Amino acid sequence: MKIIVAIKQVPERDAQVRIDSSGKWIEESDVQYAMNESDAYALEEALQLKEKHSGEVIVVSAGPERVGTTIREALAKGADRAIHIDCNNLNDRDALGVAQLIAAAIRSENADLVLTGLQSDDLGYGQTGVILAELLGMPHATLILHVEKTDLGLKVKRELEAGWFQEIEIPLPAALSIQSGGNKLRYATLMGIKKAKTKEMRVVNAADLGEAAAPVAVLEEIELPKKQRSTQIIPGDAKQAAAALVEKLKFEVRVL
Amino acid sequence: MSAVYVVLEDRDGRVSRISWEALAAGAKLAGQSGGSVTAVVMGADTNALAAELMPTCVSKIIRVEHSLLAHYTSDAYTIALKQLIEKENPPQVVFPHTYQVRDFAPALSARMNQVLIGDVVAIGDGPVFTRQLLQGRLAGNYRHQGNGPCFVSVQAGAFRAAEASADSPRAEIVTFEPKIDPAAIRTKPGEPFRGAAQTVDLASAPLIVSVGRGIKEADNLPVVQELADALGAELAASRPICDNGWLPMERQVGSSGQTVSPKLYLAVGISGAIQHLVGMKGSQCIVAINKDPDAPIFEVADYGIVGDLFEVVPALTEAIKAAK
Repeated sequence: MKIIVAIKQVPERDAQVRIDSSGKWIEESDVQYAMNESDAYALEEALQLKEKHSGEVIVVSAGPERVGTTIREALAKGADRAIHIDCNNLNDRDALGVAQLIAAAIRSENADLVLTGLQSDDLGYGQTGVILAELLGMPHATLILHVEKTDLGLKVKRELEAGWFQEIEIPLPAALSIQSGGNKLRYATLMGIKKAKTKEMRVVNAADLGEAAAPVAVLEEIELPKKQRSTQIIPGDAKQAAAALVEKLKFEVRVL
Repeated sequence: MSAVYVVLEDRDGRVSRISWEALAAGAKLAGQSGGSVTAVVMGADTNALAAELMPTCVSKIIRVEHSLLAHYTSDAYTIALKQLIEKENPPQVVFPHTYQVRDFAPALSARMNQVLIGDVVAIGDGPVFTRQLLQGRLAGNYRHQGNGPCFVSVQAGAFRAAEASADSPRAEIVTFEPKIDPAAIRTKPGEPFRGAAQTVDLASAPLIVSVGRGIKEADNLPVVQELADALGAELAASRPICDNGWLPMERQVGSSGQTVSPKLYLAVGISGAIQHLVGMKGSQCIVAINKDPDAPIFEVADYGIVGDLFEVVPALTEAIKAAK
């Protein structure tokens, strides 16, 4: 099975973020980057499918030069080769614009399966996998926790809301967006890290993948979120704060 | 007069709660443009759903009916709605932001050269659509540009369902029969089933202590278990804790787990990603303990302690034991 996994590099989860001078994004020099969490699960699913059924795992990622470190991480975990879509203004594109970029870069690979994470931890559109399927003319399924190969294609386990699930049969080629938690993530081994350095990472310039259409969904500005409740922050060291909170729980919330 | 279309979803044969909220969002958009609200219900038989919508804020109900819409598939929903939208050409189409909508609305939008503005939490004049970024740390304001319908999905709890029930003249009901070729449906969906047997009912627990990533490793869980025991509370968790297998899935609170509204929800080491907040923000009192003062959990908390949970939680456990 030839499997393509689209991965995104996003600011680390606990990164302290500041709005930059454009008012449209964050100060990038402040933050460290990591592989988007659900994308790591998509990669894991791809690697496990390859181990069971043989084939090839190709990762694709769009973004500036720094994305290379996340791509190397995926190669170190066991992906066979990579495509880096070099793009310095990814945020100027909407979900369709990004999916068009990725579709143009992977179309000629004619993969059997295209995997993405469910949603990015930065912009959180949660649409790339579904739009990719649409652009590549493939059926898709989302929120997938488990993938099993069958004679006809795949049988996948889809998460529904509130603790329900569903199995879906889907023919290949197909695109799946993977929910986190379905597998246990592996670590890169020292050998894997060493091997990754020799694996193919093809760099494609975004400008060579076709003109970007004007975005339909335009991010105009970002701001701090509005508070929904007025939070009373309880001061003091751990002991003082704990004692003060117990007073509140006893006399105001009345649960003690 | 132009009409805002709101595509509804049912749960157990009734219009779902979040669909009522989507109607309220549609009414807000209609208020801005001076238009009306048209509700769209889909299925093999939508008679009961349509009847449930009267009287409400809608002036028209479209019943999109086809035997192939009996069970949800992305292909059938996309084909049916594209035909309807191309025929009626509404300026805006609003959806509830559910797992089902996330599955087909991006494809429907792309097929019409549009982009879904998803998971919207507020609608301002313009209209400007606000959605969360970076797991709730920031908010982004979006505008729809260009011609063609603007597709929007609204987050659970962001709009008030009650505002959808403003009285309106009796709605006109029409039926739309899409043309769907059975061969165009590429996936075969199975019957929904529950996960592991449910042994805890978080929804009815009056007190909940909930733990998130801040706990760092499974071996640290006794720290919060002892707090829960001292309070007489149920222990719950955010998704990453259950993903790691540290607590069973049935203890997960959030969009993929349980929705709770206890008297007290004490969130320990939970940053407050939206998927978690939708499951607990209806709690009567929310207390958050987190080392990061900018964590989004503090946006919904009534009381907060900014500090290291490994110092604060044991101190709190002791103080509660002493107070009881």
